[in-house]
Amino acid sequence: MTTLMKPFDLTQLSKAHEVRFAGRESGEEQLPWPQFTVADLNFFYGQQQALKDINLIVPNKRVTAFIGPSGCGKTTLLRTFNRMNETIPGTRVEGSILLGDKDLFSFPATTLRRVVGMVFQKPTPFPKSIFDNVAYGLRLDPKVRRSEIADKVEQSLRRAALWDEVKDNLHQSANGISGGQQQRLCIARALAVDPEVLLLDEPCSALDPISTAKIEDLLFEIKNSCTIIIVTHNMLQAARVADYVGFFLAGELIELNRAKQIFQNPEKKQTQDYITGRFG
Amino acid sequence: MSATPSYPPASRKIMNVVMLSLTGLCTLLVLSVLFTILGYLLWKGVHALNLNFFINLPAPVGESGGGVANAIVGTLKLLGMATLIGVPIGLLGGIYLSEFAGGWSAFAVRYTTDLLNGVPSVVMGIFVYTLVVLPMHHFSTLAGGIALGIMMIPIALRSTEDFLRAVPRSLREGGLALGASKSETIFTIVIPAAIYGILTGVMLDIARVAGETAPLLFTAFGNQFNSPGWMQPTASLPVVIYNYAISPYDEWHQQAWAAGFVLLSGLLVVSILARMILARGKKMSHG
Repeated sequence: MTTLMKPFDLTQLSKAHEVRFAGRESGEEQLPWPQFTVADLNFFYGQQQALKDINLIVPNKRVTAFIGPSGCGKTTLLRTFNRMNETIPGTRVEGSILLGDKDLFSFPATTLRRVVGMVFQKPTPFPKSIFDNVAYGLRLDPKVRRSEIADKVEQSLRRAALWDEVKDNLHQSANGISGGQQQRLCIARALAVDPEVLLLDEPCSALDPISTAKIEDLLFEIKNSCTIIIVTHNMLQAARVADYVGFFLAGELIELNRAKQIFQNPEKKQTQDYITGRFG
Repeated sequence: MSATPSYPPASRKIMNVVMLSLTGLCTLLVLSVLFTILGYLLWKGVHALNLNFFINLPAPVGESGGGVANAIVGTLKLLGMATLIGVPIGLLGGIYLSEFAGGWSAFAVRYTTDLLNGVPSVVMGIFVYTLVVLPMHHFSTLAGGIALGIMMIPIALRSTEDFLRAVPRSLREGGLALGASKSETIFTIVIPAAIYGILTGVMLDIARVAGETAPLLFTAFGNQFNSPGWMQPTASLPVVIYNYAISPYDEWHQQAWAAGFVLLSGLLVVSILARMILARGKKMSHG
């Protein structure tokens, strides 16, 4: 994969910043610091362009939801934030992404992915014990002392609201717990390395409503310490958990705004149509 | 409304019965072949099967109490040596093929491996004879182990590749997403996820070469006595079976049947163990 970096134009970005957050007047809180700043991003699978001229800012310590019909590019963008797309041969990315004020592509991918964690659509427990699953990321880092690991594992499982359910069988196989528990285990595993950002790719699409509610609750808890970007097909979920919502259509970002604004008074007709179920 | 017409029609019901009987019959046939062989070996060899058979060296014709202890030990040593040579190469090759090779190199490795798998075992014997036995000027356990070891590579390699490929992509991405490098992901997640399958493949591979005779004729040769160390010719069960079976003596014939029974039983035990390991692995990974 080749990465073509464009020179970074700050004025253009601040413009994008203003345009995309049109709803911030009328005495609303100060705009948060940007976690990701995306400028002129294009993404290709071989010849096929999946993202077209994306400009957006993802705010820090907030929940941002990406919505849109299947194939609109929202998952591709999500996977660009931790450079997971690089593992797919034949992909190409153009444009620039800043993580905080640093170029996303200047980090080694392995370092970046510890800062930007990810949880996938289907729970992916490793064929190890519950404890070893959560400790996995910690053990990769030689700076983490053995003695800290048990504490960190407990802390992460508590943050993922799973501790009480598994504390007595930490050393049983992670494949033996329910799908909802497995997904929270994956969240705990991602939180264990203290990421700045957590990317969630339709994390509840394989779960029942009760498990979904538990995960949404815990997103409220962790957004104080972590920026969250969630891709979802469930409009109600986006309305429940998100502070900001981005609507994508055919590889383009149509609108990014406060969740309330998107759901009550979207600026663009396409957004209106999608939200009211007229297409998509 | 009238009663619904009978469904499915009679012709399909008859077809169903016919096919079910045919498949059942063929299953029975396969099973009966195995049990007939095992039973026949036992029936023919039972007179030779006693404690002496397992703990004594071969005795001259006409003398009672002869055994095949040296051949049993020899076969175990040959298989140990072969495993030591064939399995590491097969495993690492399989890991390369499944995880790192792309396009042209994958094609080349896979194709040559399949060709190697098709090399007749007697050719493998001559090959190792030229390569190891001739320079050393004598037959040896080492040469036999090398011949069997080379024969183990293709199957160990391809079965390792298959089991690694079966590990879902989502599991690999899960590792990468936590900041693990590609090789860390492979060695700490992908291989552990496939380990029971890989072990099963290795055991079945050992079972497969355990009965090979032709490559041993040119390499391990045979021995009437114990073979200390690795540099002497050694007896082995398949070669003992061959030699005794073509001899003119009834007593040796019986011992050949008995040796066949011992060899086949050993292979059965290994196969069953392999299946048990795989079942245990499935249980582990599905809770």
